[in-house]
Amino acid sequence: MSDPITQAGAPTPRSGNDKPGSGDDKPRPGMSERSIGVLGDRKKARLDELARASASDRGGVSLVRDAVRRLRRNPVAIVGASIVGLFILVAIFAPLIAPHDPVQRFDELTKNLTVDSIPGATAGHPFGSDPLGRDFLSRMIYGARQTLFVGVLATLIGLSLGVLIGAIAGAFGGWVDVVLMRLTDVMLALPSLLLAITLVAMASRSSQWTVIFAVAIVSVPIFARLLRGSMLAQRESDHVLAARALGVKERNIVLRHMLPNSLTAVIVQATLTFAVAILDAAALSFLGLGDPDINRAEWGLMLGVDGQRYFEVRPELAYYPALAIIVVALGFTLLGEAMREAIDPKNRR
Amino acid sequence: MSLLDVRDLSVVFQRRGERPFTAVDKVSFTVEPGQTVGLVGESGCGKSVTSLAIMGLLPKRGNKVGGEVLFDGTDLLKLRPNDMRDRRGREISMIFQDPLSSLNPVIPIGVQVAEVLERHQGRDRKQALREARDLLDAVGIPDPQRRLSEYPHQISGGMRQRALIAIALACKPRLLIADEPTTALDVTIQAQILTLLKQLVDDTGTALVMITHDLGVVAGLCDTVNVLYGGKVVERARRHELFAHARHPYTHGLLNSVPRLDSPRGERLHAIRGSVSDNIPWTEGCAFAPRCDNVVDACLEGPPPLEPTATGGDLRCNNPVSEEVTVR
Ligand SMILES: Nc1ncnc2c1ncn2[C@@H]1O[C@H](COP(=O)(O)OP(=O)(O)OP(=O)(O)O)[C@@H](O)[C@H]1O
Ligand SMILES: [Mg+2]
Repeated sequence: MSDPITQAGAPTPRSGNDKPGSGDDKPRPGMSERSIGVLGDRKKARLDELARASASDRGGVSLVRDAVRRLRRNPVAIVGASIVGLFILVAIFAPLIAPHDPVQRFDELTKNLTVDSIPGATAGHPFGSDPLGRDFLSRMIYGARQTLFVGVLATLIGLSLGVLIGAIAGAFGGWVDVVLMRLTDVMLALPSLLLAITLVAMASRSSQWTVIFAVAIVSVPIFARLLRGSMLAQRESDHVLAARALGVKERNIVLRHMLPNSLTAVIVQATLTFAVAILDAAALSFLGLGDPDINRAEWGLMLGVDGQRYFEVRPELAYYPALAIIVVALGFTLLGEAMREAIDPKNRR
Repeated sequence: MSLLDVRDLSVVFQRRGERPFTAVDKVSFTVEPGQTVGLVGESGCGKSVTSLAIMGLLPKRGNKVGGEVLFDGTDLLKLRPNDMRDRRGREISMIFQDPLSSLNPVIPIGVQVAEVLERHQGRDRKQALREARDLLDAVGIPDPQRRLSEYPHQISGGMRQRALIAIALACKPRLLIADEPTTALDVTIQAQILTLLKQLVDDTGTALVMITHDLGVVAGLCDTVNVLYGGKVVERARRHELFAHARHPYTHGLLNSVPRLDSPRGERLHAIRGSVSDNIPWTEGCAFAPRCDNVVDACLEGPPPLEPTATGGDLRCNNPVSEEVTVR
């Protein structure tokens, strides 16, 4: 079919049917020049080909892969991801990496143990002993495991509850939204660590689960507000309006449009929350509100109990756990920030 | 009976503590089956609000809609929300200005097309995807099978608008409202998209309401044109009437502000004086009066009525551009 727009001034071709104003229309010459395609057909075909070629370069790349590609070009992301990756590997393969059982007391260590001397590096124990004659290096390595466990669980629980609350508030709006958001306001008003301490103190018996739960609860309002905020923004978005124009049902507007498009921000926040969860869990242990099980190797506990008590005797007992906590938390923060940048639609393409 | 008969449609925005603002003021127009009707006017004259009101897509709060929107004899404004929802996408579709933001960024193109078919035609996913591929093919998207699984940001702007057209026309609606569908695209792509739209509505017999501020678009596409100013229709005419003998000074000005190849060298373009912000309210006179070259006393004494013209159109003007004088 010939192109009514590109044929300036020519009678507009119409297909078959006899509508008012069809036959003898002659738009005044010059009227339609504004939208004339100035390229010849051959050139157009060539451009189409180019466009197709450059489009196929990106063919099959999903949203996620697109973000990953941008992450790989960002040194901050690489540093963060390396730290996080190393940490996760150590945590998973702790039994293979650690030279010894983390709870076993070694005679060669205990026999040199006194109140004001804890053995340093010796043959077979490169990091020396902890105050109970256990291999310090092995305990550090197993500590990664415990930290990962607490961090992952706390973040997952916090994320699930937060997403649920935020999604309900964002989807229903009205008084449901008001009530839920006032609730999160109250939680946010308390300093997170203080809230965690209160929760742990309220639990009759402290275990690693009270720590996990306390740290998780603290992150709930952050996830909830974040999700609700982006759900509300999504509600006003063009693609939601376009979906409404197609008759999409309200349930699917929420589940297929508003929610999935709000989740990216939440995933980034999860990475950042992980860092906070590690720090909070360590702080609770440090304050003696953590898991009372003395056999469990946990960085916060090692720092809080052994590190503090024997700091003058053997400062490494404090340095190494503290360093591990900081580096891992930093790694997650760097990665989270880089991810935040990578998924920002402003940086897309 | 007209397919779409908009009668005295009014939209008044009213925010708490603010003065009510009449964005659409008793607008009436009709669309016959298979016809293409243009709504033309400057930014802010109420084109989008009119289309959203017809679709029932204005926000629930903060506005008041008056008048009637008869679609095949049924007043859409009186339908229950669920009934209206069932018609959207099936009997009336709409395409928006920005093709990237109108698509859901996290759902592959093919699924977005398929979901309309599932929603309105009860297809299962597999069947819907097969039809989606054919639809993408029909709107000229190359390699449609592969596009099915691609995301909106991976394809070009022109292709996105093609995909949106495929989605809008998937259920063969009887009416398509296109709100500046080419404004966000390159000039060359604009022409392609308009050609495609024209071809599709002609092939399927879909009536088209074309919203635009670009008279070039009108020239190539519309059977009848409604010129809006300040929320009111100021002139309505068949396309060739409008281009040959624009009667309203505003329409006249719009036509003269378009560059033309046949105008003498060195002649300057005539821009319309002032801006929309100079409007006076319609209750006090003609909203266009402060910018009008033909203004007479009567223009400031009350709103001029919309009256039929000898050529079968309608005109709202006390002192129209004389019929003998053609444009410029
Ligand atoms: N939700 C709203 N609340 C208040 N005023 C609104 C709202 N939506 C639109 N308006 C006002 O209604 C008027 C008409 O807007 P509309 O979007 O219909 O203009 P338009 O003709 O589509 O212009 P454009 O060419 O820029 O798209 C504008 O003055 C606008 O400010
Ligand atoms: Mg608009």
